[in-house]
Amino acid sequence: MLRKLFAAAQVAGLFGAGLLVTASPALSATTQAPLKEVHWSFEGPFGMYDQEQLQRGYKVYHEVCSSCHSMKMVAFRNLADPGGPFWNPKYPNPNDNPVAKAIAKEAQIADIDPDSGDAIKRPGTTADYLPSPFANDAAARAANGGAVPPDMSLLAAAREGGPQYIYSVVTGDGTPPPPGLALPAGKFYDPWMPGDVSSFYKGDPHKIPTGGVIAMPPPLTDNRVTYDDGVKATTDQEAKDVAAFLQWAADPKMEQRKQTGFAVMIFLVLFSGLLYGSYRQIWRKVAH
Amino acid sequence: MSFKVADSLAQAAPAMDGPDDPGRRDFIHIAAAAAAVGGVAMVAWPLIDQLNPAADTLALASLEYDISKIALGQEVTISWRKQPVFIRHRTPAEIARARADDNAPMKDPAPDSARVKPGHEQWLIVLASCTHLGCVPTFGEGDYGGWLCPCHGSQYDTAARIRKGPAPLNLVLPDYTFLSDTKVKIG
Amino acid sequence: MSEHPSTYQPGTAIERWLDARLPIIRFSADLLDYPTPRNLNYWYTFGGILSFCLVVQIVTGIVLAMHYDPSAAGAFVSVQRSIMRDVNYGWLIRGLHANGAAMFFLAVYIHILRGMYYGSYKSPREVLWLLGCVIYVLMMATAFMGYVLPWGQMSFWGAKVITSLFGALPLVGKPLTTLLWGGFSVDDPTLTRFFSLHYLLPFVIAAVVALHIWALHVPGNSNPTGVNVRSASDTVPFHPYYTVKDLFAVSLFMILFALFVFYLPEAMGKVDNQVAADPLKTPAHIVPEWYLLPFYAILRAIPDKLTGVLALGGAILMLFVLPWLDTSKVRSMRYRPTYRMFFFVWIVASLALGWCGSQEPDGVIIPGAGPGPIFLDYGVNTVTWLSRIAALYYFAYFLVITPILGLTETPLPVPDSLYTPVLSHPAGVPAGAAAAPETKG
Repeated sequence: MLRKLFAAAQVAGLFGAGLLVTASPALSATTQAPLKEVHWSFEGPFGMYDQEQLQRGYKVYHEVCSSCHSMKMVAFRNLADPGGPFWNPKYPNPNDNPVAKAIAKEAQIADIDPDSGDAIKRPGTTADYLPSPFANDAAARAANGGAVPPDMSLLAAAREGGPQYIYSVVTGDGTPPPPGLALPAGKFYDPWMPGDVSSFYKGDPHKIPTGGVIAMPPPLTDNRVTYDDGVKATTDQEAKDVAAFLQWAADPKMEQRKQTGFAVMIFLVLFSGLLYGSYRQIWRKVAH
Repeated sequence: MSFKVADSLAQAAPAMDGPDDPGRRDFIHIAAAAAAVGGVAMVAWPLIDQLNPAADTLALASLEYDISKIALGQEVTISWRKQPVFIRHRTPAEIARARADDNAPMKDPAPDSARVKPGHEQWLIVLASCTHLGCVPTFGEGDYGGWLCPCHGSQYDTAARIRKGPAPLNLVLPDYTFLSDTKVKIG
Repeated sequence: MSEHPSTYQPGTAIERWLDARLPIIRFSADLLDYPTPRNLNYWYTFGGILSFCLVVQIVTGIVLAMHYDPSAAGAFVSVQRSIMRDVNYGWLIRGLHANGAAMFFLAVYIHILRGMYYGSYKSPREVLWLLGCVIYVLMMATAFMGYVLPWGQMSFWGAKVITSLFGALPLVGKPLTTLLWGGFSVDDPTLTRFFSLHYLLPFVIAAVVALHIWALHVPGNSNPTGVNVRSASDTVPFHPYYTVKDLFAVSLFMILFALFVFYLPEAMGKVDNQVAADPLKTPAHIVPEWYLLPFYAILRAIPDKLTGVLALGGAILMLFVLPWLDTSKVRSMRYRPTYRMFFFVWIVASLALGWCGSQEPDGVIIPGAGPGPIFLDYGVNTVTWLSRIAALYYFAYFLVITPILGLTETPLPVPDSLYTPVLSHPAGVPAGAAAAPETKG
C-alpha cells in the first residue's frame, strides 16, 4: 500500500495524494521489517512484465509452490494470454498455444467419467484451471499443521507491498531466530512476516524482534529449479521471479490497462483542450 | 449545436465581432463536438464487446469425444458449446439410402459425400438444431428415414439434409476432425 | 426566475402535433434555455460532474450485473475470475465502477462544501438542499451495499460491523439486525438482498436528482455573491454557456478519474478485500472506505455504543437542519469573513476526523511523544482524543457557532446586484456589449 501511495503521489500529484492520505491503513501492534527494495520491470506508468522472468517464475511456482499452494483463478490458457508467460503472437487464441497445451496435458485434472459417473483423473486442457494440491481447505489444514496455505492467484494483490512483500517474506523465511526467541517445532522466524513474536520471546522486553512466525518451511534454495534460459537459479533470483509471476497472476490485465490508459489520457487532454477553446469562444462576449 | 447559438450571438452583437474569423470560430466547436462523438464511440465499444462470449466460454470451444462406444445404428446427443450435437453411427442401409437420393430435388442440394469425412462415412456429425427455429429433431420419424422436427414438421434424411417442411437449410456440420478411428475432435 | 417564459417555436407540422400532445421538446428546450446567473464559477460545475458520475455508475453497474453472481459461493469468483479476467473489458468496467464510486463521493463533497460556502441552502432553497441531503444518504447506502458485493474479507466484515450498529438501538435492535441479515449472521440472504437493493437505489437517486433539479429551477440558481438575480441581464441561457463550461469541467474530472482507473486501480481499495470472505476470521484492521471515515471516527470517539450510533446519525442530521441553524441574513461567505474562518476550521476538523478514522484508536498523534497522560480511557496524545476534539468542533460549528455568529457578526458590504462584482472584474467589458446574451432565441 505504501508503495502504491508513493506511486500515487508521483502520478496523480497533489490531487491524488491529498485524497489518498486519508485512505492509508492503520498501523497496528504487529511489527514487520521494512520490505526489501526491489526494482521490477512492471513499475511505473509504462512498465511491462518481463516475459522471461514470468516463465522462470512459473517454473518456480510449478516445481516448488504448487505442492502446497493452489491458484484457482488461473487457467492454463491464461499462461498464453497477451502479457502472460507463454504468450506468443503466432497464437492469438491462447487455447492453440502449444506450450499452454503441453503444460495442461501434463496435469491431472479431477473429473467425472461421463459414462460411469466415477471420479477420475484425466489430462488437462487449456480450459482447465491449475489443479489444487488439496481437495479442500480441511485437507489443506490437516496436511500443514493447522495453517491453510493461501491461494496464490491474488496473493500479490492481497498483501501490502505486493511482489516486494512476497520477495521479502520468501527470502526472510528461516532467518535464524535471535537469542531468546524459542519457536515451537514446525514454525519459522521471518522478520518480514507481519506478526508479533512476544509470546515466544524470553529476552529484553524492550527489544522484541520485529516480524512474525511463519508455518512455511524456507521454500527456496540455490538451484532448487533449473532455469531453461540459463539464468543462474540463486535463491534470490528464484524469489524475485516467483514474486513477478505472482504479480502477473494477480493483475494479468496490467499491460492492456496501461496501454489503453495511455491512449485515453492523450485523448482526454486533447478533448479538454478543444472544449476549453470552445468555452472561451462561447463566453468571449460575456463578462463573468 | 453550440456553434449555431454562438453564431446567433455574434449576429446580435456585431460591434463586438472585431477581427474574428467566423469560420475559425466554428471550427473549434465542430472539432470539440467531433471529439465528443469519437469519445462516446470509443466508450461504447467495451460496453458492447462485454456482451460477446467471455474467454472462459471460448476456451470450451473444442471437445474430444470417444466414438467407439456408439453401436451401429445408434446415435448420441452431446453438448458442444452448449449446443446439442448428434453423432450418428449410420448403418450401411442408411448410407445407401442417402447416396441414392443424392440427385433428388432438394432445397439445399449436397451429395452425401459432402456431409461426412472420407474414410469415416458411417459417422454423421451435425448440430442438432433444426435450421428453421432451433428445436432438436427426433430420429426415426418422417418420410425419409432421418429426422423430424417436432416443432414445425421439418423432415431431414439420413444425411441430415432438409427434404420437406419450413427449414431452409440442411443440419449444420460443425468443424470436426478424426484424431483416430475412435476419437473425434469437434471445434 | 421561476416564471421563465418558453421561447420554443415548433418548426414543423410534426413538432406542432407533438407539442399539443406531449410537449417534451418544449420541456427540453426550456431546460436548455434556462436563465442561469452569469457569474457561476468552477465550483458550480460539480452538479454537472455529479450527473456524469451517476450515469457512469448506472451504465457500468448494469453491465457488471450481467456477469455477477450474487451468492456467497459464487460472488468472489464471479468478480475476481469472470469479470476481472474473462469478460471482454470486464477489468475496465469494474475499474470504472469501483473507482467511480470514490470519484462520485469526491465530487459530492466538493458540491456540498460549495453549497455551504455560498449559502446555497438558505431561503428560498431549503427544499433543494434537503433533497441534496437525501441523495447523499442514499449514496452512502448504495456505496455501502455495493462494497459488500465482491464478497472479500472487507466486504464481509464491513457489512457485519455496519449492520451491527443497528443492534445498539433499544428494544428493536436485535430483531432489526436479524431482519437485515435474513439469518444469524451476514450470509447468502444478506448478500442477495444487498445486491437487489444496490441495483434499485441508483434509480431512486436518479428520481431524487430529478426533484433536486426541479427544486433548483423554481427559485433559480444561487451564485457566488448570494445576491438575487434582479434582471434578465444578470443571466445567460444555460445552453451553450453552461453546457460547454460543465463539459469542460467534466473532461478535466475524467482525466483524474482515468488516472485512477488505468494507473492506480486498487489505490483506494483495501488489500484484504482481495481475500475471499471468511466468516471465521476478522482482518486485522477494519476500516471503511475513505469517504465514510469521518463518521466512523465520530462513532469510535464515543465509548458508549448507543450514544456513538446516535452521534453518527446526528453528524449527518446536522446537514439536514443547517438551513434553520444559520441565522445570518447574508448568503455568501464571501461577505462573512469571520464565519468563513470557522468554516475552514470545520473542514480541517472533518479531514482530521477522516484521518482519525483510518488510524487505530490508541495511535499516537505527535510521534515520539508517547500517548501522554491518560485522561478517562486513552492518553491525551492519541487518535481517540483528537477525534473527540474534532467531533466536538464538528457539532459546535453547527449547533453553536452558526446560529450565534449569524446574529453577532458584522458582514462586509454586500453588492447591490450580482452584476456589480462582474463589472469590477478585470476582464469585464462595457455594459452595452454584455447585454448581448439575453437577445438569444
